[in-house]
Amino acid sequence: MAPQETRLIFKHIDEEGYTNDIDCYVKNGGYEQLKKAVTMKPEDICAEVLTSGVRGRGGAGFPAGMKWKFLDRKSGKPIYLVCNADESEPGTFKDRQIIHQDPHQLIEGMMCAAFAIQAKLAFIYIRGEFFQGYKILERAIEEAREKNFLGDNILGSGYSCDIIVHRGAGAYICGEETGLIESLEGFRANPRIKPPYFPAALGAYQCPTIVNNVETLCDVKHIIEMGGEGFAKIGTPGNTGTRIWCVSGHVQKPGYYEFACSDVTLGQLIYDVCGGLKPGRKLKAVIPGGSSAKILRADERFTGKLKDGTEFDWGIEDIPMDFDSLMAVGSMSGSGGVIVMDDTTDMVEALANINYFYAHESCGQCTPCREGVPWMRKVTQRMVDGEAREEDADLLKSIADQIAGRTICAFGEAASWPVQSFIAKFKDEFVEKAKEQAARRKEGQEVAKETTLI
Amino acid sequence: MNLKPETIEKIDKLVPRYPTVRSAALPLCHLVQEDQGYLSQEAMEWIAERLGLQPINIIEIVTFYPMLRTEPTGEYHVRVCRTLPCALAGAYQTCKSFEKEFGCKVGHTSEDGKVTLEFVECHADCGKGPVVMVGEDEYTDIDPEKAAEMATKMKNGEFPKGL
Repeated sequence: MAPQETRLIFKHIDEEGYTNDIDCYVKNGGYEQLKKAVTMKPEDICAEVLTSGVRGRGGAGFPAGMKWKFLDRKSGKPIYLVCNADESEPGTFKDRQIIHQDPHQLIEGMMCAAFAIQAKLAFIYIRGEFFQGYKILERAIEEAREKNFLGDNILGSGYSCDIIVHRGAGAYICGEETGLIESLEGFRANPRIKPPYFPAALGAYQCPTIVNNVETLCDVKHIIEMGGEGFAKIGTPGNTGTRIWCVSGHVQKPGYYEFACSDVTLGQLIYDVCGGLKPGRKLKAVIPGGSSAKILRADERFTGKLKDGTEFDWGIEDIPMDFDSLMAVGSMSGSGGVIVMDDTTDMVEALANINYFYAHESCGQCTPCREGVPWMRKVTQRMVDGEAREEDADLLKSIADQIAGRTICAFGEAASWPVQSFIAKFKDEFVEKAKEQAARRKEGQEVAKETTLI
Repeated sequence: MNLKPETIEKIDKLVPRYPTVRSAALPLCHLVQEDQGYLSQEAMEWIAERLGLQPINIIEIVTFYPMLRTEPTGEYHVRVCRTLPCALAGAYQTCKSFEKEFGCKVGHTSEDGKVTLEFVECHADCGKGPVVMVGEDEYTDIDPEKAAEMATKMKNGEFPKGL
């Protein structure tokens, strides 16, 4: 039997008759948590969020309550709240559903969060390609303003806050929170030098700023509803709440599925929830947390110890879908984008595709990334074009090793991890590619095979 | 600069909402591009002037963000996502179908100015790949056959431009 979804944030997504206007939202109990929130002490809401243990859903998995705790409240400067709706990690398509189908849930979550941190102004940084989503949010904000759920003196509480929807323009790097802030301020989205490590200390306009993912901000609403302790009962300790897994690639039923953390294994997700692979195909590899996450090979054994000391010995299908388990097997849950590849996938082509993406998206600020990532792209492109060399695998690894850890932001790692992990897990295919091409060249045949992924 | 009155109205409303004037730079690029179809040198200078900035401050943004254009597109602007999940679903074959139908290589505008065909990176709808955008409208699960049908309609001017 397929494991049961726990639909908390996606409760009304794809529900028949559910519309994205405010009347429908209010009819379904919407804005009740905001009404409750404004009667609470802001610091009590922060405490509930900390108790809930909710970890950021954007990629890094940092506890949101802790992030809020870092807020510099002594400076006397205004505080800003930014919702990161740049959703740009390849393989991730959850925020799109919330924005399109249930925008008021996000607005309510944001206003609860804004009140808790006493933000003066809030922003939704939405990716430029969401033309439709932008219009939906603009309309939803006006509806909420009319009902006094945002704007001046919200629900008579004396607290005022507005939301500005700010559109990006196609740059992946805007998902990095300090790059996002630079972009918001009207500059190129070059991520900022750390420290300060958190915009909570110094962020937008040199003021304390909280940047949270769409899903995380929706969680805030539910934390107010069920209390921090109630929320923490979902999932497992350290991996609380639900996660929305976006499954794409070679499965029968790609889509978005919300489960309590650890409630589903990778195997159940692929075979029971997503209907398995196409007939006759075998699982080859999975990237479990968006294209930056390290790839897992289908026939690997994963052994080691979890944070709490429990020993594990898993095949790929046994891995529980949560933050810590995916980290324990050497990858990450990231943004929840699960990309599935079957045995028809050419791994050199797949990596060439990924390298194309990161070379296109490097902001160009740090030399190792600006020079190294396009170099990796060039190597993998050359390999699929028929000029593969047996030593290319080592060359790629050597470049990646010299990028990771040597850049201002985590993009350096995001671009290097796919290369490092593809080479670690599938080196034989990279070497084989060169041998095959050499053999075909010798026989006077067309050297490069027709490609499908690049 | 001949901007539509509604664009000017949107701009005048938007600028004072931000804590700093410069924050309005990217939104203004969007609004002017939507009005004009692209950002000409004159447009960039106008935005700079409107915000009390130097033209270079706008040019450096325009040259950074992929969605901002310094040249007009064809009548139809077709964007095919080529990132891994869409590629696994066959996006490259979809794009080849468009290339064949339009008689124009990806990254170019057809000679008759009818269509600009581009590859773009992830549009965050990876469960329904291949994803194609025409103007501002999104189309999902576009296999080579569907692409050919769309292209035929575009060539006959029977397809929505998505503007």
